[in-house]
Amino acid sequence: MQRLKLFLPLIIFVLLALVFLGVELRVKSGDYSPTAMPSALVDKPLPDFDLPTLNGERAGPGDMPAQAYLVNVWATWCPTCHYEHPFLVELQRRGIPIIGVDYKDSADAAQRWLQEKGDPYVMTLFDADGQFGLDLGVTGAPETYLVDSNGIVRFRFQGALDEKVWLKEFAPRVAALKGGAE
Amino acid sequence: MRLLFALISLVFAVNAAAVIESYEFDNDIQRDRYNAFIEELRCPKCQNQNLSGSDSEIARDLRRKVHDMIMADKSDAEITQYMLDRYGDFVLYRPRFAGTTAVLWLMPAALILLGLIVWYRMGKRRGAGPAAPVELDSRERERLASLLGEEDRNA
Repeated sequence: MQRLKLFLPLIIFVLLALVFLGVELRVKSGDYSPTAMPSALVDKPLPDFDLPTLNGERAGPGDMPAQAYLVNVWATWCPTCHYEHPFLVELQRRGIPIIGVDYKDSADAAQRWLQEKGDPYVMTLFDADGQFGLDLGVTGAPETYLVDSNGIVRFRFQGALDEKVWLKEFAPRVAALKGGAE
Repeated sequence: MRLLFALISLVFAVNAAAVIESYEFDNDIQRDRYNAFIEELRCPKCQNQNLSGSDSEIARDLRRKVHDMIMADKSDAEITQYMLDRYGDFVLYRPRFAGTTAVLWLMPAALILLGLIVWYRMGKRRGAGPAAPVELDSRERERLASLLGEEDRNA
């Protein structure tokens, strides 16, 4: 027992080292991101809004799709959104409804972007002053929210969507929502 | 002496890299409230900066929002709740006491308590006086003698 006490500092050190190594490995493998923040919106309804769309119409919560959909916050000034865009087009091809939120952007640049790169969005809300972004609790772009058929936010992802993120984070949740609806 | 003073003042130096924005206020109370809020609210984009220290877009927006809400005569509780609804407990540098933050609040007290207990027990043991002298049996005495004898030879 006395012997063991002598080794106590070493034992504590080894335990801590193991804990930190574990965290580091999870960061490396992408399981855990120290910058990811839980969204305060999860399991709450999408905040109310009344915004112009890029087509010049106005839209509110009543205009949202009837089935589960994605809300994708993007902007032309956001480099990661360039990277993400082709995958959004691919998701549209797979029949996933996506609502775009053009966040603190210029409408001209945004329209040009959609013409050149393809438009994966059912509609794009134009959030010029970022107020809707604030209500969503965004910290930057891109961010993607999964909203169920009742308009409840189920999941928020910060960063670019790609096949890997989709399969890991979104596909199971979308499948669960579909299963629950039937 | 001068160097010492310089070193000591380094310890007390504060981060003065605050962002300069000119907001208009009707009175000093509003200004004080604004300054208190941007000191106490954490920038959601940055890992560890408050709103006043961050130059990020979102911090700028939130500062504007705080200013708007103060000018609209919102109460402190309303402003805090507005931020909580959007960014959760993360935005508060002084987190609320709740199930998820209990460890944060109680850990320091628990550690101090633990330290006091260890300290008390160590003091008690010391107070019990020196341990009784150990009686050596004949084999141990022989070994001791040979060890001491070796040392004498080496010296």
